[in-house]
Amino acid sequence: MINGYLDRKLQEVYSQYLQERLTCPGSSPGYSLTGVEGANSHPTAPTAFRVFSIVLWIMLASLAKLGFHWSGRIPAVVPESCLLIMVGLLVGGVIYGVRHTAPPVLSAEAFFLYLLPPIVLDAGYFLPGRLFFENLGTILWYAVLGTLWNVLGIGLSLYGLCRLGGWGLEEVSLLHFLLFGSLIAAVDPVAVLSVFEEIHVNEQLHILVFGESLLNDAVTVVLYKLFESFLRMPTVSSVDILAGGCQFVVVGLGAQVIAPLFVFLYSYLSYLTSEMLHFSGIMAIVTCAVTMKQYVEANVSERSNTTIKYFLKMWSSVSETLIFIFLGVSTIQDVHMWSWPFVSSTLFLCLLWRALGVLLLTAVVNKLRRNAVTFRDQFIIAYGGLRGAICFSLVFLIEDFPMKRLFITTTIVVILFTVFVQGMTIKPLVELLDVKRKKRALPTVSEEIHSRLLDHLLSGIEDVVGCWGQHYWKDKFEQFNTKYLKRFLIREDKQPKSSIVRLYQELERREQMGEDDEGTEDSQTQSRSLLPEEMDSIRKILSNNLRNFNNKHITAYSRHTLHQDFTVDASRKACLQRHHSMGERHSSNQTHNNQVHFSLIDTKSPRPVHNPAEVNLNGPIRVTSDGWADSSGPSLQNQEQAQASSTSRHMHIPKKLSFVLENEREK
Amino acid sequence: MGSRASSLLREEDIEEIKKETGFSHSQITRLYSRFHSLDKGENGALSREDFQRIPELAINPLGDRIINAFFPEGEDQVNFRGFMRTLAHFRPVEDNEKNKDPTAEPLNSRNNKLLFAFRLYDLDRDDKISRDELLQVLRMMVGVNISDEQLGSIADRTIQEADTNGDMSISFSEFIKVLEKVDVEQKMSIRFLH
Repeated sequence: MINGYLDRKLQEVYSQYLQERLTCPGSSPGYSLTGVEGANSHPTAPTAFRVFSIVLWIMLASLAKLGFHWSGRIPAVVPESCLLIMVGLLVGGVIYGVRHTAPPVLSAEAFFLYLLPPIVLDAGYFLPGRLFFENLGTILWYAVLGTLWNVLGIGLSLYGLCRLGGWGLEEVSLLHFLLFGSLIAAVDPVAVLSVFEEIHVNEQLHILVFGESLLNDAVTVVLYKLFESFLRMPTVSSVDILAGGCQFVVVGLGAQVIAPLFVFLYSYLSYLTSEMLHFSGIMAIVTCAVTMKQYVEANVSERSNTTIKYFLKMWSSVSETLIFIFLGVSTIQDVHMWSWPFVSSTLFLCLLWRALGVLLLTAVVNKLRRNAVTFRDQFIIAYGGLRGAICFSLVFLIEDFPMKRLFITTTIVVILFTVFVQGMTIKPLVELLDVKRKKRALPTVSEEIHSRLLDHLLSGIEDVVGCWGQHYWKDKFEQFNTKYLKRFLIREDKQPKSSIVRLYQELERREQMGEDDEGTEDSQTQSRSLLPEEMDSIRKILSNNLRNFNNKHITAYSRHTLHQDFTVDASRKACLQRHHSMGERHSSNQTHNNQVHFSLIDTKSPRPVHNPAEVNLNGPIRVTSDGWADSSGPSLQNQEQAQASSTSRHMHIPKKLSFVLENEREK
Repeated sequence: MGSRASSLLREEDIEEIKKETGFSHSQITRLYSRFHSLDKGENGALSREDFQRIPELAINPLGDRIINAFFPEGEDQVNFRGFMRTLAHFRPVEDNEKNKDPTAEPLNSRNNKLLFAFRLYDLDRDDKISRDELLQVLRMMVGVNISDEQLGSIADRTIQEADTNGDMSISFSEFIKVLEKVDVEQKMSIRFLH
């Protein structure tokens, strides 16, 4: 998208350089350190000022954000994006009033190169992978076809209306309207993200809207460039249109090729590369983030993991704030041209075409999905199509033509309307329509295990029936992943654990910290009672980290905070100590039994069990391991048994510790 | 493949299967050709080896148990009726069916789906999932990176969460209760193409 801009910028810089060379023939290209050319050797005033102003803006953004969180009630009603735009408007107004010139505009370069990538990377990294891939077909359906539908619809109908309406826009060509349509139809991930994070709709709906906003970038890029290049050509032939059509495939697929080639810190490079090669940068970076997340998490230490996550969150938060503030500031411009009919018809058409598009597409896609998208969900999808800074930057990049100012004004109005009106009303609407909300609690371990069982079962049945459902593809990918990618990309000792184990560990940690775990309140009574030393260590950790626990209960939920993970390190240590101290007493008894267990069981698992008699061999051993399971008085009972099997103790203690050490590898 | 296979399937059979399982005519014929293609011995019934020949099923962690689920108690062959009966559990639940036959519970009801899943754990058919049975399945699903104690604690926790009568095993009603929040009807359904 920014290629035209970059080209022009390069030309400017080059001509500037040439000018300097011509005017000061004596100066060498490399700046000398002598005092004579001292003026060339330290940063020029405009550059320093620019850096200064950037820092000032960031400070303003942070202050604004802090202010909202302290002011309690307002974020509940007005989404943060609106407040930030209003702050921007204020600041812009002040600057205008003071300087009597237009305040700095959000430059396309700054937006696309610096502000947008962190947000998209953060979004891709924290994307719920499984849900995303399950719904990928639907998301692509909406993103590609829906955007096409919107673009053509808005472009063509605006053209038709302007011809008929006689608003003084007859000389504007069809291509211009199509170009305008392509940029205004794009749903913006930044705006969607900031509004949807506060309304907590059910995950499926959230992933549909959000996924669509991310992936429609490919279509937008192609269409925008297509129409822009057509504008520059004197005539357009059908061959050109065909060639343009092929670009879709290339752009979309090209992004997928580029992305997985780079690892975490180079995701930015992937974005830039794809931009330079005329591919969709957003898609590249999302794919990059999604694919490399598992490898990154497995390979780096726990602490680096947390650092990466926090860094991502911080960076994306700052970017988002800056974007919205700049949107507000850039609205105060000299270049506005107003036209009631054009603006209002654009607004109306945007809403209309989106609603129609969603309805039609959903009707088709529901036949192929297991889980139909309900009417309420469809309404939210249509209503949640917010426009944002991407349209804004794109409209500025259009080459100058007489009606450009009108387009700019209209774009700003549409953005402001969608963010303010739709953004503010979507929350009450969600409550009014009783849209299914997000389940907050973590699933229980049982649910996770049984769900996994069902997944395997369904894959198996699909194999038997011979239909290639989504389980089939998921399994194929997992096999490929395990066989090739993981072995290549992950250190040997760091093979990731199954989600069941991770979930179990997470739940254990939470319980030890005495957190209110909704699903398992009754089972708490049966859990082991803690010994004095453990209580002490836990109490010490609790008191040291009490401050952190207070933060968990803030009402203003924001996707930029990471509650759970913050307590991981602290609770980890308690977990470590607890298992450590329990280890000596339990390891011998229990592992011994389990060892015997599995030697009997393993020989049986490949063959289906026919005689009940064989299974009962496990009977006697089961009793003693149950003895461990309901250990209310652990010490006495187990010490007897520990003495009985003391030899096995030495063998098994390292094993117990290894459970702990797996987690704390960096030590 | 189509014509030869369907000639072995009589209209009355199709009607009976339709009534019992709820599949449509075209679905039944289509599944019959699949059955026929799996039946290498061409004796009108499938054996365990026929199932094991399906490549993806061989690497499925629960492959053996799934195959086992097709065969009725103690038998080694399953005919087309039995095949369809098992597959009927995975038919999506349709709303208009609720009015049809209030006396007999359809094979694809939530209860029957859950019973099918329960039986995957409960090999000895004593209507309880014991700790070992749970451990076996866990070990198959979770893989090799996990130590036995960890697996044991996970199994204990699972039983803890579900067990309401304290017998250290999961009965069918406890199983149902644990999965009440999970959308089983949707998860355990395959869209059989018409």
